Amino acid sequence: MENMYALSQILLFPILGALIIVLTPKEKKDSIRQIAIGAMSYSFIITLLVYFQYDVNAGGMQFIERIPWVTDLGVSYSLGVDGLSLPMLMLTEIIGITSVFSSWYQEKRVKEFFVLLLVLIAGVTGTFIACDLFIFLLCYELVVIPIYIMVLIWGSTKRVSKEYAGIKLTIFLLMGSAFMLVGVVAIYLTAYPEGLRTFDLEKLVLSSRLGYLSSDFQIFVFFLLLMGFGSLLSMFPFHSWSPDGYAGAPTAVSMIHAGVLKKIGGYALIRLGLMVLPLGAKFWAPLIALLAIMNVLYAAYIALVQKDLKYVIGYSSVSHMGYVLLGFAALNPVSLSGAVGNMVAHGIMASLFFSQIGYVYERTHFRSVPELRGLAHQMPTVSLGFMLAGFASVGLPGLIEFVPEYTIFVGSFRVYPVLSVLAISGVVFTALYILRMLAKAIFGPKSSKFDKYHDARGFETAPLVFLGFFLVVLGLFPELFMGVVRSGITPMTPLLENIADAPTIVDAIIRHVGIGGGL
Amino acid sequence: MFDFALECAWLIPLLPAIAFAVIGLFTRQNKQLSAKIAIVAIFVSFLLAWVVLGAVLSNDITVESPFIAKAVWTAIGNIELTMGMLIDPLTVVMLTVVTTVALLVEIYSLGYMAHDPGMGRFYAYVSLFVSSMLGLVLAISFFQMYVFWELVGLCSYLLIGFYYYKVSAREAAKKAFITTRIGDFGLLLGIIMLQIYVGTTDFAEMQIQLPHYIDVFGTGILTAIAFLLFIGPIGKSGQFPLHVWLPNAMEGPTPVSALIHAATMVVAGVYLIARAFFLFSQISVVLEFIAWLGAFTAIFAASIAITQRPMKRILAYSTISQLGYMMLALGVGSVTASMFHLMTHAFFKALLFLGAGAVIEAMHEEADIFKMGGLKERMPVTCKAMTVGVLAIAGIPPFAGFFSKDEILAAAFEHNFFLFLIGSITAFMTSFYMARLLFVTFYGELKDDCPAEETNDFMRYPLVILAGLSAISGIWGYFFGFGEWVYFGAPVHEGINFFVAGSSVLLAVVAIWLAYAIYVEKRWSAHGLAAKWGIFYNLSYNKYYVDEFYTLVRYYGCFVVARILYWIDLNIVDGSINLLARLIGALGGVLNKAHCGSVQMYIVCFYGGVLIVMGYALIYAYKVLSMAGGAF
Amino acid sequence: MIDLQKCFELIINIGLPHCLLLSAMLFSIGLFGLLTRRSIIAVLMCIELMLNAVNINLVAFNRFSAMPDYSGQLMAIFGIVVAAAEVAIGMALAVKLYQERNTVNVDELDELKG
Repeated sequence: MENMYALSQILLFPILGALIIVLTPKEKKDSIRQIAIGAMSYSFIITLLVYFQYDVNAGGMQFIERIPWVTDLGVSYSLGVDGLSLPMLMLTEIIGITSVFSSWYQEKRVKEFFVLLLVLIAGVTGTFIACDLFIFLLCYELVVIPIYIMVLIWGSTKRVSKEYAGIKLTIFLLMGSAFMLVGVVAIYLTAYPEGLRTFDLEKLVLSSRLGYLSSDFQIFVFFLLLMGFGSLLSMFPFHSWSPDGYAGAPTAVSMIHAGVLKKIGGYALIRLGLMVLPLGAKFWAPLIALLAIMNVLYAAYIALVQKDLKYVIGYSSVSHMGYVLLGFAALNPVSLSGAVGNMVAHGIMASLFFSQIGYVYERTHFRSVPELRGLAHQMPTVSLGFMLAGFASVGLPGLIEFVPEYTIFVGSFRVYPVLSVLAISGVVFTALYILRMLAKAIFGPKSSKFDKYHDARGFETAPLVFLGFFLVVLGLFPELFMGVVRSGITPMTPLLENIADAPTIVDAIIRHVGIGGGL
Repeated sequence: MFDFALECAWLIPLLPAIAFAVIGLFTRQNKQLSAKIAIVAIFVSFLLAWVVLGAVLSNDITVESPFIAKAVWTAIGNIELTMGMLIDPLTVVMLTVVTTVALLVEIYSLGYMAHDPGMGRFYAYVSLFVSSMLGLVLAISFFQMYVFWELVGLCSYLLIGFYYYKVSAREAAKKAFITTRIGDFGLLLGIIMLQIYVGTTDFAEMQIQLPHYIDVFGTGILTAIAFLLFIGPIGKSGQFPLHVWLPNAMEGPTPVSALIHAATMVVAGVYLIARAFFLFSQISVVLEFIAWLGAFTAIFAASIAITQRPMKRILAYSTISQLGYMMLALGVGSVTASMFHLMTHAFFKALLFLGAGAVIEAMHEEADIFKMGGLKERMPVTCKAMTVGVLAIAGIPPFAGFFSKDEILAAAFEHNFFLFLIGSITAFMTSFYMARLLFVTFYGELKDDCPAEETNDFMRYPLVILAGLSAISGIWGYFFGFGEWVYFGAPVHEGINFFVAGSSVLLAVVAIWLAYAIYVEKRWSAHGLAAKWGIFYNLSYNKYYVDEFYTLVRYYGCFVVARILYWIDLNIVDGSINLLARLIGALGGVLNKAHCGSVQMYIVCFYGGVLIVMGYALIYAYKVLSMAGGAF
Repeated sequence: MIDLQKCFELIINIGLPHCLLLSAMLFSIGLFGLLTRRSIIAVLMCIELMLNAVNINLVAFNRFSAMPDYSGQLMAIFGIVVAAAEVAIGMALAVKLYQERNTVNVDELDELKG
């Protein structure tokens, strides 16, 4: 399998699909859809093979492909997966194929839509399997363009116009990339002397381990990365793009954005922030933890008074990202594996939500909670999707979210007891807003205005079946993904132990105040 | 065969789970088939549970030497999360009670739900519930217990909201879930702290490690953990102040109320404490707290039940009160009494609920007991069964409640006289309101337009069987040595404390006579009494305004704060970003003026720029070269 | 006293400066036209002049360098190709513009104004 370029196939097949669609006449809508699903299915199956062939016991980077590209700059086309990126890759493919399913009945400019969608999926895939920062950046930038166009053409205008939403989404994405670019270039220039410079991640990690990156440098650059990836991960106070953006975006974009794109922030924080700049990560960890709690509680509170379903889920995803950030900030193997697991869990859950909202909205053009009364009467299947996703969101055992959440709490409690208690209290608030939404939108007396719409049937249930399957199966057998995550996180244990006593921002403030008091 | 049964005990929860999956995925639409699948599954589980009971009795499995089997579910970091089964007498009592009541309730539902289009869904939910409840009972660790604890909470939510088109039902479901969730927050926190400070949540391991832990670290953190753990049972077992969801939970179908909100799920809290009694018993502060809270809940709920009118609500408050009793028993240190009462209560309260369901259905969904009357003639079997249930709960010998309640009161009497006093007063009130319910409903005059008729077979036989169990389970437990079998510390040899038993029987008889005098003989007018005790009557009738208090808290604590935060988010957090965008836009507007649209003007500017750069480059080159020796 | 001989030699022995001078003159003429002509056709023609000036430069530098390796010629050919493409597109645009706007006067085409 190693020599079969499996990862390249996964990465390039959507692009190939997009090219074929470009060459297809736009009237042949069904062929276009079939090509899209074919390309995604192929990628998905290869991903499954890779997932189950990955040797968990050996760990580390596997399925490595490396082709030198711009040797003068130290850029190579290098791909690989380890326990950290494999779950994210799997997630991307699951959500990618589901987003194609849920766009099946989209009728406006079908050809362009699927071309952009496939490019988008390829871009996201690339960010997760890139072992070279240059490729990572390239794929990241590849993502931005389709998203902007898709929101503008296929988006919807409710509280904010779709143009506003699109621009906001894009600007925050670009803000992420701007900070990231500066940070990456700084690392690139500092890690090795001229001539030896490389974008290869493993070599950069090595450089950091050898102490070529000074503590002050790490602290400064990590701050840049935090700004970039934090805004991508909708960290408070850079979260406001998330609800607005999802509200404006078409279903498939909401699914991919909330499901995987957002997770690039968390993934890169670990991969780049923690592994290359461990001292920086340690320094800013208390601040991240504090902001994480703001995320959890503040966004949960706000979700309580939202009317638009997409806003509820938008704020809910901000709230859930708080758990991820908290898991990151605690900087121990348990909490980190919880954070990664939670990203997977939230991805599946949020995209299930968005696909169901998308179904309802595209049919009825309602998606505000007071307007959608008693949907369970006319649309029981869709309601089932809402309930599944809702209960996963609440963190019910047997569904995917429970184990990662528990893991994060166990991991973070020892480090930040007070903040963790606050975060755990988030489970009550989550239940409050999710159940409020379910009660008002799904249950209650029948309202006749929905009589003319039919429930999801046949192929329309594909997103629910597909995502629901993973939601339940990974919930019942969490070892299926937590095991892989663990194999990715365990090698970091020495690194984490090394930085256990490194100074944090709290120490810096105390020292500063202490000196000030002394003077 | 018995060993085999122990090994296969995991089938007991699994079978209903399979039934749930099959019904939910395939046969949901087919009512009869769904019901058959669910009943067959639970029947096999029921048989297995009894075989496991036999295995435990024949294999010398005692509280000290339980049967344990476990497997790793997943691991987080270096912590392994295990699932498995711990079988000891405590478990077996719960297993048999749960499967028995569940089986009877599912048979009863064949009649009760026959005309409901959602019958398939009903059986799916009930199967899931039974499965999770059995999983909870078999739990080997706090973690596993929490997992199933949440799942039974989910089933409770689904079943309370079964009639999802009713606004009251969906609100009740939401309230139940969120209220118990508050408790679960404490429980989860406690479990996480246990995991971190003690290093395990496994009951058997903890039992070994805990003494060492206390020797080294003292009981400081353990006290906090025990308090936090107890918050879970407060929510789930409806203790004050989180009891508010239980009366509303009666919005669900009556069989559900009988199964979940009377016999099984609500006692999960009691079971949790009994299971982890080795932990709680180390911390006397928490035990004392449990005892007093239980006693308070018991008398508090009983005093509300006296004035309520809907039949199921009276029973709901009665359940809260009886749960308070069980907590009281735990608090004064008697696991035996608590579990004994748990068992008998499950039988007689399920009986009462199912009877109430039969009556309400016969009355065409009329729940107010004062709109009934004289049903004795119309529904003789139901009336007899209900009478047994009332006598059992009132504690009249030889019915079940007498023995278990007596044991609790005796334990309380030994511990603290005030607790005993509260318990006795509660017993008096219990007898009074249950007698009131019975007399008002079944005696007195038959209303002219009463539609009631005797219920169908499916509903009648479970009532009869439960009545039989309510009648004999007390004697059975008493004479066959329940206390020598289920205990904590040392086996308990039950003996009747004649002072306690005599006083409680006397109080019960007086209470029943009083109820007879007021509601049947009309010696005193009920309205007159209510008017006379106006303040107390209103307080009790309005449930001490606890619900109103929570409404205020919810409104101001959640929605008002949330609106303020949303305003901040829109205007300050997002506003500052929009402001930034607008500033940049304004700057662009200024620079835009240079943008005249004439391409040739642009070229002029461009070449001007090029010239400037070239000029600078020339000057710079000249300077460098002249410094280097003026070769230019 | 002007050394006629030297002048003559300068004129006869054509070297790099001549080529550069020619190129500069050509470029300046092009630039002047580009800036002053109103017709878009003329503007395009002036751009051609400028491109050719560049080509002359490239060829000349190659011709008079120490090691002529035809890389300048190569670049010039590239330049010519690009110029051809540019003219083709430019002329097409001009025709289209005329059809749409009935004018080829660049002063009237200032839609790009902010």
